[in-house]
Amino acid sequence: MTEIRWHSRAGQGAVSGAKGLGDVVATTGKEVQAFALYGSAKRGAALRAYNRIDDEQIFNHAKFMNPDYVLVIDPALAYTDNIVENEADHTKYIITTHLSKEELIEGIPSLKGKEERVFVVDCVQISLDTIGRSVPNAPMLGAFVKISGMFELDYFLENMKRVLSKFPQKIIDGNMAAITRAYNEVK
Amino acid sequence: MAEKYDLQEREVWDGNFAASQALRQAQIDVVAAYPITPSTPIVENYGSYVANGYVDGEFVMVESEHAAMSGCVGASAAGGRVATATSSQGFALMAEVLYQASGMRLPIVLNVVNRALASPLNVRGDHADMYLGRDSGWIQLDAFNAQEAYDMALCAFRIGENHAVRLPVMVHQDGFITSHTAQNVYPLSDEVAYNFVGDFKPVDDMLDFSKPVTYGAQTEEDWHFEHKARQHKALMDSRPIIDEVFADFEKVSGRKYNRVESYDMEDAEVAIVALGTTVETARVAAKELRAEEGIKAGVVAIRCFRPFPFDLVRDSLENVKAVAVLDRSSPGGAMGAFFNEVSAALYTTPNRPLVTNFIYGLGGRDFSISEAKRIFKEQKAHADAGYITTDIQQFSGLRGPHLGFFKTKRG
Repeated sequence: MTEIRWHSRAGQGAVSGAKGLGDVVATTGKEVQAFALYGSAKRGAALRAYNRIDDEQIFNHAKFMNPDYVLVIDPALAYTDNIVENEADHTKYIITTHLSKEELIEGIPSLKGKEERVFVVDCVQISLDTIGRSVPNAPMLGAFVKISGMFELDYFLENMKRVLSKFPQKIIDGNMAAITRAYNEVK
Repeated sequence: MAEKYDLQEREVWDGNFAASQALRQAQIDVVAAYPITPSTPIVENYGSYVANGYVDGEFVMVESEHAAMSGCVGASAAGGRVATATSSQGFALMAEVLYQASGMRLPIVLNVVNRALASPLNVRGDHADMYLGRDSGWIQLDAFNAQEAYDMALCAFRIGENHAVRLPVMVHQDGFITSHTAQNVYPLSDEVAYNFVGDFKPVDDMLDFSKPVTYGAQTEEDWHFEHKARQHKALMDSRPIIDEVFADFEKVSGRKYNRVESYDMEDAEVAIVALGTTVETARVAAKELRAEEGIKAGVVAIRCFRPFPFDLVRDSLENVKAVAVLDRSSPGGAMGAFFNEVSAALYTTPNRPLVTNFIYGLGGRDFSISEAKRIFKEQKAHADAGYITTDIQQFSGLRGPHLGFFKTKRG
């Protein structure tokens, strides 16, 4: 079982990101779960979204998890939200920021000593450049594909096109560019 | 003729989307609805299927849930296949008309996305609304995940519309935990799904002017009792028909459902009895406890809450030593209603297992695998001691000091 927790603000697309990831993962024959904790959240409120991925049907419906991956798609939440909550000793962090990894960890004491497991990518800038507005969910998917090694990039892009097929071509192209760039830039 | 909807063999749907697809495939004539969180997307999606030509049905917008169910009663009495969805406060406002629908023997399908009842206001899942419907004369089916929300909705039409049943059917799913959680769902093709549900064959439809009928007549002490007795008998007699429909559903889907589901119960010494998504989380806990500590734990789940499967509950639990019954609804000054029902069934067995009651998960409070394990271990302690070692009713997952009531009378 692979468990993922997204830290995001309402409107940044973590719920769509989690569902999109679930959609692609399901095409590989795996079982998925995608859900979010947001209640009556307004745009901009902090929220968390979750994925579970397994070879067998997923019966656990608890919100509680010890995540294998923590994906932070809002730069400020890395500082203000407890992103290390219920972490395991192998939890990997992918954090959107314009800072270098060293600069970021310097400001977040709870990440110190975990340098090997922390990865940075500027999802906000990438989405501004490729999609034209700040929708950091798509680039985060590209970064996750790279760090997790769960898919080949081309396979993921092909399937993401299908998930996005109801959108105009321009948006699909922007998302593909965003995923590819984050895949290449995450470090 | 409706447009063809593009369906994959494997979809990733949440419970709401799954339920709305079942409504589309059943080719409903009328949905009268007033949306409420967390059930809103069911009727919202249905509305979009109508607007985009995927169904030939009619979407009736109304001014309240009371009017929504009233619209359903009218459309069903007129001779249409009818469904809607609601939750929580909306369900409470429908309550009066729920009894009208069942008393008039109208096979309406109501998707209830379970949510807590205010006050305090809360949009998240518990079973307060489901319990509110338990004496309303409706058949109540319970789904534990998104796939089952789809499967049960299809079965609901077949069960309620059977001429030997002619009763309305609720399909319950847990608010957010099922309704807003996307999981793998394996839908039937439109053709297979519709053929399973079958054409709607109305009885005494009001639009058949050659045979005028009256709905909702008044009966006082002369006949009211006989009507209610027949209604109760119809519910009780629906049990074998529900079994038949589940058997037929297995033939088209490969998925087998039972009015009472048992997991790891063959040799179980302790059991959790639950409803909704908790069933599946408890299954994981039982499996892990068996592997980790050798505790023979099992789970019994109620798929068909009404008619209550008194005999099947007894059959599935009579050989265990200790049973925890989990109520996800505020008991309001009594033992949990579900606990009372399961206990009554077990009282008529020779072994009379030790039964305790947990109130949990109100307003969407998380229920974890570790908490399920803790409850199993308490049952094991009761079983080893031969008596209930804790309060009979306890609150699980509550913040603050322990809350519990009543001890066993011993010696």
